[in-house]
Amino acid sequence: MEPIDLELEEGELELPAEPMHLNMGPSHPAMHGTVRIVLELSGETIVKADVQIGYLHRGFEKMCERGTWAQVFPYVDRLNYVSPMLNNVGYALAVEKMCGIQVPDRCQWYRMALGELARISDHLTCTGAMAMELGAFTPFLWFVKAREMVWDILEEETGARLTHSFGRIGGMAAPPTKDFKELCHGALKQIIHIVEEGEKMLLKNRIFIDRLENVGIISGKDAVALSWTGPCLRASGVAYDVRKAHPYLKYDEVDFEVPVGKVGDTMDRFLVRLEEIRQSKRIIEQVLERMPDDGPVNVNDPRVILPEKRDVYTTIEATIQHFKLVMEGAKVPKGECYSYTEGGNGELGFYLVSDGSGTPYRVRIRPPCFPITAGLSKLITGNMLSDIVPTFGSLNMIGGECDH
Amino acid sequence: MAPTNTLTLEGSEKGFATTRFDALLGWARKYSLFAYPFVTACCGMEFMALTSPRFDIARFGAEAPRFSPRQADLLWVVGTISQRQAPALRRIYEQMMEPKYVLAFGTCASCGGFYDNYTTVPGIDKVIPCDVYVPGCPPRPEAVLDGLMLLQDKIARGDRTPAIVKPRTDPVPGLVQLRRGDDQLTIDEREARMKAEKALRDLGRGIRHE
Amino acid sequence: MSKAVLEKLKSKFGAAVLETHSDFGDDTALVTSQSWKSVCEYLRDDATLDFDMFIDMCAVDYPTRLPRMEVVLHLYSTTRRHRVRLKTRVGDEDMDGAEVDSVTSVWSGANWFEREVYDLSGVTFRGHPDLRRILMYPEFQGHPLRKDYPAQKTQPLIEYRTEADAGVPLEKQAPFRADEGMSFGRMDWLHRNDEENPTALPKGVVRAIKPHEQNGNHDPRAEHAEPAQTLPTPNQKDVS
Repeated sequence: MEPIDLELEEGELELPAEPMHLNMGPSHPAMHGTVRIVLELSGETIVKADVQIGYLHRGFEKMCERGTWAQVFPYVDRLNYVSPMLNNVGYALAVEKMCGIQVPDRCQWYRMALGELARISDHLTCTGAMAMELGAFTPFLWFVKAREMVWDILEEETGARLTHSFGRIGGMAAPPTKDFKELCHGALKQIIHIVEEGEKMLLKNRIFIDRLENVGIISGKDAVALSWTGPCLRASGVAYDVRKAHPYLKYDEVDFEVPVGKVGDTMDRFLVRLEEIRQSKRIIEQVLERMPDDGPVNVNDPRVILPEKRDVYTTIEATIQHFKLVMEGAKVPKGECYSYTEGGNGELGFYLVSDGSGTPYRVRIRPPCFPITAGLSKLITGNMLSDIVPTFGSLNMIGGECDH
Repeated sequence: MAPTNTLTLEGSEKGFATTRFDALLGWARKYSLFAYPFVTACCGMEFMALTSPRFDIARFGAEAPRFSPRQADLLWVVGTISQRQAPALRRIYEQMMEPKYVLAFGTCASCGGFYDNYTTVPGIDKVIPCDVYVPGCPPRPEAVLDGLMLLQDKIARGDRTPAIVKPRTDPVPGLVQLRRGDDQLTIDEREARMKAEKALRDLGRGIRHE
Repeated sequence: MSKAVLEKLKSKFGAAVLETHSDFGDDTALVTSQSWKSVCEYLRDDATLDFDMFIDMCAVDYPTRLPRMEVVLHLYSTTRRHRVRLKTRVGDEDMDGAEVDSVTSVWSGANWFEREVYDLSGVTFRGHPDLRRILMYPEFQGHPLRKDYPAQKTQPLIEYRTEADAGVPLEKQAPFRADEGMSFGRMDWLHRNDEENPTALPKGVVRAIKPHEQNGNHDPRAEHAEPAQTLPTPNQKDVS
C-alpha cells in the first residue's frame, strides 16, 4: 500500500477519457435563468461549451408594438425581474428623453430611492443564490429575509412585492407614502446587519474561498471587448458605472463610490455586489434626506399624465384628455432615441423608435446580461465542471432580461 | 372496523381500499410532497420567498426539492413556459412516477399570461395535465400556499379534477385592514367611507343617487 | 453633444455616409451596407474616436420603404466617453439581399447580437463564425420581429393536448374582452393593402381593428360583455 503523502506526477493522474457530451439544463437546479449548456467534457475538464439561451423568450419587443407607450411598463418590469424598479425607471427616462420632459425633483429622488432598493434586492438575490448553490444554504435564507424587508417597503409604496409597474411617463403612479422615509431607515439598518452576518459566515470559510477565488477569471480588456458592463465588468478592474460616467436623475448630487475588483474572478464579482449593497444604502440615505416631503411627483404635462379622477368625472377637457391618453396613448414625437441607465447587471439601454403615434414602432432593450452570458462559454472552457456553478452564479444572468 | 378487501397501492381513485386506508395514504402523501421546482421566470422569485422562513413551505412538508423528476411527485411549474421549453417540460413530466401532481404557479403557467404571442405556450395544460392553477403575476406566497393546501385537500380526497385558487373574500367587510389607520376607524366611519367609495364608483358608472 | 464623431466620419468616408442627425442628443450616421465593416474598423481603431465597446445591435423593420430592414449599431468609448449610432439599410420587400458584413472580428461582443438580429429579423451576416438562431428554436420558420410576422402565430414544437385528452375545457379567455383594451389606433399590418378588405382605408390612414374582427369571427364573449362605458367616441359600435 503506497503511503498517502507520496507525490504523484501529473502524468500519472491523467485518466484516459474520451470526450463526453453532457447537457446541463434547461431545467437545472444551478441554472439561475433557464439556460442550456451543452458541454463537451474530457474527464472533468470542459473542452467546449455551447451556451443556449432563449428558453424564456417571451416576445417582449413584439408585444410592445401592440399597445401604447404606457402599456409597456408591465412588460418592462418582467425583464430583469429581480430589480423591476430599475427597468421601470430606465424605460420611463427613455420615453421622457424623447418627449423632452423632465420630471420634478421629488420624483427624481423618489425614483432613485426605489431604484436603489431594487438594486439591493437584486444583489441580495444573486449573492444569496450563489451561496446556496455552493451548499451554503443559511446565508441564502438570511439574504432572502433581508430581501423581504425591501419588498415590504416596495409593497407599501407600490402595492406589489415584485413587478410593480409603478413607473409612468412623466412621473410615478403614486406619490411616496408618508412613512416611506421611516420604513427605509429602519429596514436599511437591518439589511446591512444581515449582509454583515452573511459576510462573516462566508468570507472566512475556506471552502467558499477556494471555490470562488481564481475561478472564472476574465481580464478587463477581454470584458470590454465582450461588451460586459455592470458589476461583472467592474470586478475585472474597469471602473465604468453609468451613474458616475453619465449621471442621470440626481446621481451627480449624491456621494457614493463604485467598487472595483482586481482580479476579475468569481470572488471579485461576489464582493463587488456585496459592496454595492452598502453603496446603495448610502445613496438611499442621502436621497431620503434631500427628498422633499411635499410637492408634485408627476410633471404637469397633459400630453402624458392622466388627469385627476374627479376632473375626469366632472369636466369635459379632462375626460377627453383621459380618453385620448388611455385609448390612443401618449403621442411621442417621431424619431429614434437611445437612453441608458445602470441596471442591476450593467448598462440597461432602451432604443425607442416612434412614428409619432401613441403606439411604439419599436422598443429595443439592450439587456446587460446578454453579452455577459455570451462570455460564459469563454469563462468555463478549460475549467472543471464544478466551476460552472459558481461562475454562472456570479454572472447573474436573469432569464427575462437575457431572452427578452 | 370493516375488513379491507383488495389493497391496491396505486392512486387512490382506482383502489378498492377502504376509506380508512385511503385516508391514511392520502394523509401520508399530502404531507410529504417532494417538489420538482421547474423554475423559469419572475415567479421563481416568489418561489424563493415561499421556501424562505417567512412563508415557510416547510410547515406543509413540501420543502424538499428533488432535482431529479424520478424522485419527485409534485411538479411546480413556476413561470412562463415558452414554445422552446415545452418539450423539456413534457419530458420532465413523463419521467415522474405516479402518483404525480402538477401545480401551475402563476398566470403564465396557468394561461400564458399577457404574453399572447408566437413564443409562449398559453398555459401548461396544453402540454401536461395540471391539478391546481394559482393565478397571479406573480401570486403572493400566501396565494400559493392556498394553492398548496387546495392540492393537499385534493390529494387527501383522491380528487383529480383541476382547480383554480380563488382570491379569498373577506367574510366580514372591513375585517382585513387594507390601509394604515383603518384599525383606528370606528364602525360608523368605516361605513361612511365604504358608502363614499361606492358613490364614487357609481358616479363613474353613470349611476346617480338622488 | 459634440458632433466631432460625425464630422470625422463624413470627412473620412464621404459619400458612404448617407445621412447624419443628432436627434434627442444621439449622434447618428446612416452608412451604406458596403462600407459597414470599414466604418466600424475605423471607429474602433482611430485614436481620437476609440470606440472600444460595442453596446447594442438591433434591426428595425420599415416595410413601407426600401431597403426595408435597418440594422442599428450603438457604440461607446470607455476612454472618451462618447457614443455613436450607426445605421445601414438592407433588404428588399421579400428580404432578398439582406446581408451585411459581420463585425465580430472588430468587437467579439457582437457575436450574439448578430445572431439575435439574424434570428428575429432575418438579416444575414457575412463572415459570422456561428450564425444560427439564438432566441428561437431551430425548427422555427420565419423571423418574428418583422412587421409582417403575425404576433400570435405560434409554431408549437409539440402538439397541444386536446379537451378529449384532458377531460376539462382548455381554452381560456385572452386577457382582454372585446370591448376592453386598446382597440383604437393600431394599424393592422396584415391587411393594410388588401383590395378585398372592405375595411381597408386609403394609405396613410390608420384604423383600429377590434380583436375579434380580425378573423371574421364573432367573439362569443361579446354576448356576455357589459355595456360599454358611455365615453364620447366617434366610432363607437355597440358591443352586445
